[in-house]
Amino acid sequence: MFRKRSLMALFAAVAALAVTAGGPGAAWAEIKIGSVLSVTGPASFLGDPEDKTLKMYVDKINAGGGVLGEKLELVIYDDGGDAKKARTFATRLIEEDEVVAMVGGSTTGTTMAMVPLFEEAEIPFISLGGAVVIIDPVKDFVFKTPHTDRMACEKIFEDMKARGISKIGMISGTGGFGKSMRGQCLDVAGGYGIEVVADETYGPKDSDMTPQLTNIKNADGLQAVVNPGFGQGPAIVTRNYAQLGISQPLYQSHGVASKSFIELAGETAEGVRLPAAALLVADKLPDSDPQKKVVTDYKAAFEAKWNQPVSTFGGHAYDGLFLLIEAMKRAGSTDGKAVRDELRKTKDFMGTAGLVNMSAEDHLGLDLSAFRMLEIRKGDWALVE
Amino acid sequence: MLARLKGPRRGGLLVLALVIALLPLVLPNRFYFDVAILIGINAIAVVGLNLLIGYAGQISLGHAGFYGIGAYAVAVLPAELGIPSWLAFLIGVAFVALLAFVVGRPILRLKGHYLAVATLGMGILIFMVVTNESQWTGGPDGMPVARLTLFGFRVSGVQTWYWITGAALLLGVWFALNLIDSPSGRALRALHDSEVAAQVAGIDVASYKLFAFVVSAIYACVAGSISAFYTGFVTPDGAGFLHSIEMVSMVVLGGMASTFGGIVGAALLTALPQFLTVFQEYEHALLGLVIMLCMIFLRRGILPSLAAVLLRGAGQGGRA
Amino acid sequence: MSEFLQFAFSGITVGAVYAMVALGFTIIYNASDVVNFAQGEFVMLGGMSTVFLAAFGLPLPLAALLAILIAALTGVALNKLVIEPARDASVVTLIIITIGASIFLRGIAQVIFDKQFHRLPSFSGDDPIAVLGASLTPQSLWVLGGAAVIVVLLYVFFNRTLFGKSILATSHNRLAAQLVGVNVRFVLMISFALSAAIGAVAGILVTPITLTSYDVGTMLALKGFAAAMLGGMGNPIGAVVGGLLVGLAEALGAGYLSSEYKDAVAFVIILAVLFFLPRGLFGKTGTERV
Repeated sequence: MFRKRSLMALFAAVAALAVTAGGPGAAWAEIKIGSVLSVTGPASFLGDPEDKTLKMYVDKINAGGGVLGEKLELVIYDDGGDAKKARTFATRLIEEDEVVAMVGGSTTGTTMAMVPLFEEAEIPFISLGGAVVIIDPVKDFVFKTPHTDRMACEKIFEDMKARGISKIGMISGTGGFGKSMRGQCLDVAGGYGIEVVADETYGPKDSDMTPQLTNIKNADGLQAVVNPGFGQGPAIVTRNYAQLGISQPLYQSHGVASKSFIELAGETAEGVRLPAAALLVADKLPDSDPQKKVVTDYKAAFEAKWNQPVSTFGGHAYDGLFLLIEAMKRAGSTDGKAVRDELRKTKDFMGTAGLVNMSAEDHLGLDLSAFRMLEIRKGDWALVE
Repeated sequence: MLARLKGPRRGGLLVLALVIALLPLVLPNRFYFDVAILIGINAIAVVGLNLLIGYAGQISLGHAGFYGIGAYAVAVLPAELGIPSWLAFLIGVAFVALLAFVVGRPILRLKGHYLAVATLGMGILIFMVVTNESQWTGGPDGMPVARLTLFGFRVSGVQTWYWITGAALLLGVWFALNLIDSPSGRALRALHDSEVAAQVAGIDVASYKLFAFVVSAIYACVAGSISAFYTGFVTPDGAGFLHSIEMVSMVVLGGMASTFGGIVGAALLTALPQFLTVFQEYEHALLGLVIMLCMIFLRRGILPSLAAVLLRGAGQGGRA
Repeated sequence: MSEFLQFAFSGITVGAVYAMVALGFTIIYNASDVVNFAQGEFVMLGGMSTVFLAAFGLPLPLAALLAILIAALTGVALNKLVIEPARDASVVTLIIITIGASIFLRGIAQVIFDKQFHRLPSFSGDDPIAVLGASLTPQSLWVLGGAAVIVVLLYVFFNRTLFGKSILATSHNRLAAQLVGVNVRFVLMISFALSAAIGAVAGILVTPITLTSYDVGTMLALKGFAAAMLGGMGNPIGAVVGGLLVGLAEALGAGYLSSEYKDAVAFVIILAVLFFLPRGLFGKTGTERV
């Protein structure tokens, strides 16, 4: 008898679990926006600020009366950086939650796994992933907000050319971001008369890069080093770089554009250059800069609410959310095709990443001027003139 | 035939077929189909792995490698060499069988934890190849997979894949059950109890271990291929160490040496993370907690432990 | 030459960390036959607790001590609440339990701490020391020194103290030890505490070099386990040698062969060694008990 009862209790518990799981689908809201982010896992430094940004602004927008007279509901799932999980959650957003649009996909890998689903469902998808493949070739319903890795390479090489540098070494992370950017840099290097004399890599969880950097240090005619990669890897590279006493300039990518990079790399970050959005130097922009208001407002709001320094990654989510909302307002509806058409017509949208001008052929809408070349001086970002 | 169906195991097969046939009636939308298909795919791999772990008593922390080869075979071969997808699938299976056969012999001489670390190394080597050879595999971001075309028809749609996965799982379970009841199966179980005793009894221990290893590798490979066809996308994560661990966890959680238990384990560990999303940031802690509690209180695995409880409740003895 | 020396410095520093994790595996394995895959989480707890306690304003040495204590208590709790209730479960079941524990600890850590990477200041500054054309950070010396001290202390503990000997006795034959009056439960508790404390020390020493976050444990557990097996499971000397070898193989592989396949170098060596020595370099030879 007792056993039977405990078995019944077990069934009850399972049933309860199933009901709770159905919870978010049961709640109703007028405008549902979905998001799949890498809040945990190796890309959590991207997903975490994106998550915080979206939550904060959706609350703000609702407090201000919502969009088209209706409240927003945000459904966020954490893919842990796993593209397969991201794909399952995307199915869930489309089929179960029936979202009208998606702002998310922290990495290129998770984004590319989800693209076919949103294309098929004809739901606008604004990605926060880095690589150029997301929007080139153009996909009907897929947009993205961050600068591409190709643009980062071009910005870096422009700066090198101005400094008379032509022989460089590269040390790239083997994660999706590093690998993709390495390919793009090798691709465009020739156009800037730059020769790659040493080409090394490191794994996403590696904790010591001195062997690779020793090889780069010994390469003939080395004038500078580029480190495509994100996460903790670039901080360790920067520290090892100083340890080995390599005196040539070091360039990081926009993948380290958050204050935590400077904290992790410490004094060794002095003099490191990287291309990044103006958000990082919000306070140092001249008042005449048209981007100043957007970036200082976002920075102030984020830092006040979450008590942690702003990063460009959260900014990408901000841009994505507001691009979407502007498009919905212009379209006067949340219909997928109408919103897509309006997103394409985005003109002179000033986001944290820069000025966005989209078209049917350009689902990113940023140009090289959106990138600023920064240098780390006295533990802070400084604009390179 | 009917008489054979009466045994407890055949009955299980029937129940499984019924569940697969009736499930679509209660699945409300494509998302639930998606989860059901993922469960089916994991279950195929787990049923195979159970032959190795549960019956032959040999551990492997590298089966995700075989899964990965199955997935990448149907992704890379059609894209790079223009080989038809169905042929790529068969080539993948043949390659995995050969690889498992060649690698298995030296590796299976090792015992216990040493076998674990050797299979772990093997899995990681496969993972590194698919991650690093990005000119073929698309690197860490993975690559898209061409749709399967059979007799001029494009196999697509969540319903179609539900039935394909269900059929493949039934076939896999049927084959595994027959294998277990065959003389080879009895030899395998003898291995599990004591290798030395089995050897003394005249069983060619090395060959049977190798046999179980190759068969389980093929199951993993098939699961990988189906997954790649269905999702239309492959990433190196499928070949990764954590996926190997996940598969072993499914076997143990559901019940070692219980073919249907493995399916329960696969279902639980595939569906649970989806349910736990409502707990937001606590979902990982809860997943760990559930695994620990299940294994502490149902240490023989969920299905065998529950079956034992039920049998005792009905006033009967006997094994699950 | 300076090149080789640079690779070697890198290798033994990383290897020393693997060695400490492998030692943790060995101690628990000897006392309880459990391969504890939550071993990496002790390293994480050491590093992360120190970072957060220091952020609360505690002086670094005090924060470090408290962190070691936190890890040790976690180890004891793991034994009491998780391993002991499952004592008679099969080896594979116990492995899955420890994997569950590792997922649980990581899940808790991401809520209590955060998901960012963190660093501790180097204990003796960041000015590299030049040795024959290669450079070594003072923190590397801390790691190597710390590992050496731990090895010596363990040696003394296990060979010169009565309690240490009783742990060894338990590992050889639990029943016999119990019969001569060893409190096996206490021995198990101390083994988990000791193993967790060693992991925490490794985590604290290495955080200034490698940084830390809530999920650094997974990779370290993997490498530490491999190192312990390479050396021969259950043999502390094997664990240390195995750890150093894996670290060296990675660094030399990255330097001379291919940085993409450096992890492969370590595992190829392990597979090769196991092919000739199925019980690792220093593993016990002998026949299986039937």
